[in-house]
Amino acid sequence: MFERRLYYHIDWALLAGIFALCAIGLAQIFSATGGFTRIYYTQIYGMLLGIFAMGVCLTIDYRSLADKSHLIYLAVLVLLLYVLFFGAVRGGSRRWIDLGVVNLQPSEFAKAVLALVLAKFFGESRRGAITREDLAIAGALTAVPLILIARQPDLGTAVTLIPVAFAIAYVAGMPMRILGILALVGVLVAPVAWKFALKDYQRERISTFLDPAQDAKGAGYQQIQARITVGSGGLWGKGFTKGTQGQLRFLPVAHNDFIFSVLAEEQGFAGVLVTLGLYLFVILRALEAARLAKDRLGAYLVMGVLASFTFQVIYNVTMSAGLAPVKGLTLPLMSYGGSSMIATLAAFGLILNVRMRRFTN
Amino acid sequence: MPVTEDRRRIAVRLTALQVGCVVVFAALGISFWFLQIIQNARFEEMAENNHQRTLALRAPRGVLYDRDGRVIVENRHSFTISIVREHTKDLDRTIRLLSAVARLDQKDVKAVVDRHRSEPTYRPIVIIEDASLAQVAAITARRLDFELPDVVVEEVPTRQYPSDGIAAHLFGYVGEVNDAMVEADDTLKSGDLVGQAGIEKIYNALLMGQDGAKRVVVNSLGREIRTLEEEPPTEGKRLQLTIDYDLQKAVEDGFRAAQTAHLTNAGAAVVLDPNTGEVLAFSSEPAYDPNAFAAGIDRATWASLTTDEQKPLNDRAIQGRYSPGSTFKMAVALAGLEEGVITPDFQVHCTGGANFYGRTFKCWKKGGHGTIDLRHAIEQSCDVYFYTVGNMVGVDRINKWAAVLGLGVKTGIDLPNEVTGLVPSTEWKREKMHEKWYAGETISVAIGQGQVSVTPVSMAVYMATLANGGTRVTPHLLKAVDEGAGWKPAPAPPPQSKVDLDPDKLQAIRDGLWMVVNGHGTGGRARIANADVAGKTGSSQVISNEGRVAAGRSTKDLRDNGWFVFFAPRDHPQIAGVVFLEHGIHGANAAGIAHHILDTFFAKQAGRPLPPAPTPADLRFDFVDPYARPAVASVETD
Repeated sequence: MFERRLYYHIDWALLAGIFALCAIGLAQIFSATGGFTRIYYTQIYGMLLGIFAMGVCLTIDYRSLADKSHLIYLAVLVLLLYVLFFGAVRGGSRRWIDLGVVNLQPSEFAKAVLALVLAKFFGESRRGAITREDLAIAGALTAVPLILIARQPDLGTAVTLIPVAFAIAYVAGMPMRILGILALVGVLVAPVAWKFALKDYQRERISTFLDPAQDAKGAGYQQIQARITVGSGGLWGKGFTKGTQGQLRFLPVAHNDFIFSVLAEEQGFAGVLVTLGLYLFVILRALEAARLAKDRLGAYLVMGVLASFTFQVIYNVTMSAGLAPVKGLTLPLMSYGGSSMIATLAAFGLILNVRMRRFTN
Repeated sequence: MPVTEDRRRIAVRLTALQVGCVVVFAALGISFWFLQIIQNARFEEMAENNHQRTLALRAPRGVLYDRDGRVIVENRHSFTISIVREHTKDLDRTIRLLSAVARLDQKDVKAVVDRHRSEPTYRPIVIIEDASLAQVAAITARRLDFELPDVVVEEVPTRQYPSDGIAAHLFGYVGEVNDAMVEADDTLKSGDLVGQAGIEKIYNALLMGQDGAKRVVVNSLGREIRTLEEEPPTEGKRLQLTIDYDLQKAVEDGFRAAQTAHLTNAGAAVVLDPNTGEVLAFSSEPAYDPNAFAAGIDRATWASLTTDEQKPLNDRAIQGRYSPGSTFKMAVALAGLEEGVITPDFQVHCTGGANFYGRTFKCWKKGGHGTIDLRHAIEQSCDVYFYTVGNMVGVDRINKWAAVLGLGVKTGIDLPNEVTGLVPSTEWKREKMHEKWYAGETISVAIGQGQVSVTPVSMAVYMATLANGGTRVTPHLLKAVDEGAGWKPAPAPPPQSKVDLDPDKLQAIRDGLWMVVNGHGTGGRARIANADVAGKTGSSQVISNEGRVAAGRSTKDLRDNGWFVFFAPRDHPQIAGVVFLEHGIHGANAAGIAHHILDTFFAKQAGRPLPPAPTPADLRFDFVDPYARPAVASVETD
C-alpha cells in the first residue's frame, strides 16, 4: 500500500509548519498551567497519538477511504448518538465517551468524516453542474451530525460543520446564485433562530458581545479581560511565563480557548505575527494540495478538511482578541485537548495523503 | 462537461479562497496591531489595575512604660475579617456564607456592608474586628478561593492594656477617627485609630506612628500572590510615664477591697511626687476595660457603659466635683496665718457650737473641744475653731489662699477635659448670681461645705503644695519619650504658681496634720512606723439633712463621701495625694486605703517586700452610717 517513492512526495514544509504550531501551543500550555503538569503531559500524549493517526490516514489511499466513506460516516453517527445518551457529562454537556484513560470526543472526528463523505459525494457526481438535489442531499448529510452535535449541546463544534459543506460545494461548482439565496435566507432566519433556537445562555453571550460593559462581571468579563490580555502585550510581550492576565487567572481557561490571548500577552505583537504567519502558511500550503490534487475527490477532501480548520482558527483568534462572542471553540494545533489534537493531525494526514498521491493511479 | 473546464473552475475558486484567507489574516494582523501597539498603553494600565493593589499597613501605636521601664500598654496581633467586593458576583451569598461560618447574625453583617456600600469596591469592609481564633480557623478552613473568594483575613496590631483594667481612665482608649477630626487634621485619614480619651488622646500625635503601604500582586480572586514593594509602617513613639506600676496597683487593690466589702465601688485617687508634680498613681472608679475599645467596641458594651448610673466613662479624678469637707480646713488655716489674722497659738473655746450672724453652727463633737489651738484644731477637726477663723479672714482671702494651694483652679494635668472646682468669693457671687455675699455664708465655706467643690486631682496638688512649701506643681504623666534614639526626658511643665509660705506658720499646719495620723486624730489608720505620715480625713454630705428626710426610703445612695488627703514624711515629703471614696461614709475608710498606698511606697523605697493586696478585713472599714438613724440637726462631722 505504501510505496517507497511516495515518501519523497510528503509535504515536509507543511509538516514543519504544523509541528511548529504544536510546539508553540505546548509552550504556552506550559506557561499557562504552571509547568510540567498533568495537562502538559496529556497534550504530549495527544500529539503522539495524533502523529500516529496522521500516519494511518497517510498510509491508506484516500480513494480507498472514500470508498468506505458511507460506512465511516454511519459509524460516526452511531458514536454521536451513543454520546447523546450515554456520554460522560462535563460542564453541562454530553460530549465525551469515557474510555477510562482517555475521553474521546466524537464530534471532533465528525468534521473530517463529513469532509470525506461530501468529497466522495460531489467527486463521484458525473453530472456536469451541481443540481439542487445534490445540494439537498449534501445539506442533509451535513444536517444530521450537526443536529446531533448541537443537541449535546455543543453549538461551537456543530457550526464548524457548515464551512465544510460550503467549501466543498463552492469548489465543486455550486452556482453563486444559490450561495446568494442561502445567505439571504440566513439573514431572514437569524431573528427567528434568535428567538426560538438559541438557549438563554447563548443569547446572553451574543448580547454581551455587542455590549460587554452591561455585564462586566458575568458573561462580558471574559471578553473584556481578553482584550486587556492582548492589548497589554505590546510589541514584544511580557515574556514567557511573565504574563499577568493569564498567570493570575484573570482570563479563564488560558490553556484552552484563550491560549492565543496568552500568547499575545507573553510574546507580544511579534509573537502574534509569527504565529498568524505560520497558520496562514499552513492554510495556503494545504490549499496548494487541493490545487495539485490528482482528482476532484482529492481536491474536495482537502477543501472540506481545511475549511473547518480555517474557520476555527479565524474564529478563535478573533475571539482571543475579544472581537467575537465567547464560544467554546478551541484553536486547532495549539489549544489543550486530546481529541482535537488527534482529529486535527489525522485531518492533515488526509491532506498530505492527497498531495502525496498526486502522481499515482 | 470537459475535465479541463472543471479543473479551471476549481483553480479559479481556489484562488479566490486563497485571496480571501490572506485578506482575513491581514485583517486579524491589523486588529492585533491596533490593540497591542496603538492601544497598548491603555490596556497595560488596565492590566496593572487588575492585578496590583496598594494595601495600608497599620502602624502599631507607641508602647507605654511605667517609671521603672516596665511595659504597661503594648500591642498584640489581632485578626480582622473583611469583605472585598471588587470581584464579588453574589454579595448576598457571601454575607450568608460568612455569617454562617463565623457564627454571626446575618442582619448585622448586612448592616455593616450597607454602611460602607458607597466606598470603592477594592477597599475592604471590616466585618469582624479582633476575630477569635475559632472564627479565623473556620473561615480559612473553607477553602477561601472557592467558597469565600471575597473574604480576607488580615493581621493587624491592636492595643493591649493590662487585663485587670488597671488605670483605665489614665490610659483612655482608642477608636476610629470621626469625619470632623479628619477634616480638622490633615495628618489623619478615614479609618485611622486615634486616642479618644486619657493618655491615648492627649499624646495621640506621639503615639500614632505612620501607616505603611504595600504594593501587591493579586490574582483574579483578589488573593495576594506576591509583594512588589513595601513601605513598612513606623511604630508610634514609645512613652515612659511617671506612673509607678506598683503604686498604681496598690491604689487599685485598695479600691478592689472597698468594692469586695460592698462599701463602695466609686471613687478616685491621685498620688504625686510633691516636689516635681510627677503623677505616681492615678485612678478613677468604677472603670471600664479599654481593651473592649481596642478593636472596635460592640454596641451592647457601649450602651451598657453609657447608661450605667455609676457613669464608668467619667474620669472622677479630673471631672468629678465634690465638697471637700474638713479637708478644706488647712486652706482656711493658711489664709488666717499668711494674712496675719491668727498665729499658730491662736485659741478658740469650743462648747459644741457657736452663734454667727444670728444662727447656731454646731461642732461635730457634742459638748465641744474646750479651748483649742490651731494644731489641735486640725488634729481634732474642730468646726467651731474654723468657723471662727473663717469668719475673721473672710471669703475673699480664703478664696485667694485656696487658689495658691491649687483649689478652685485647674491643675493643668496632661489629661483631656479637666474641670475646675469652685471656691466662692464675693466677686464670683456677684457675677454668677448677681447677689451680694452674706458673711454668714462664709461660715459653711470655712469647713469645706456650702458652695465649695473640688476635683480629686486638685486635692492632690493642694497637699503637694502644703508639702513643698508653696510651689503649685503641675501634675504630669509624661516622663520621657523615645524619638527613635533612646529615651529623652520630657521637660517637666513649669509650676502653675509659686508662693514662699512662711515655714514656721506652715509647720503648724503640718504638725496638726501629723497629729491627725499619729496623735489622737481621725486618720490613725494611715499611720506607718517611721514614715511621719501627715494627713486629714474629711467627709461631706451628698444631701442636706432635710433632703435626706424628704428622700425617705429612696434607694439612691445618700451616704456621705469620704476623703483622705496626705503627704509623707512630714518634714521631707516625697509623696502626696488623695483618696476619695464616693459614698464611703467616713474619711477614715479612705485613710485605710491610703495606708496601703503609703505602705507600698515606703516598702519599695526601703527595698522591703511589697505588702500583699489588702483584704476588706485589713482595711477595717467602718460601715456605721451616722445618718442611718433619724437625722439630727448636725451640720458637720469628723
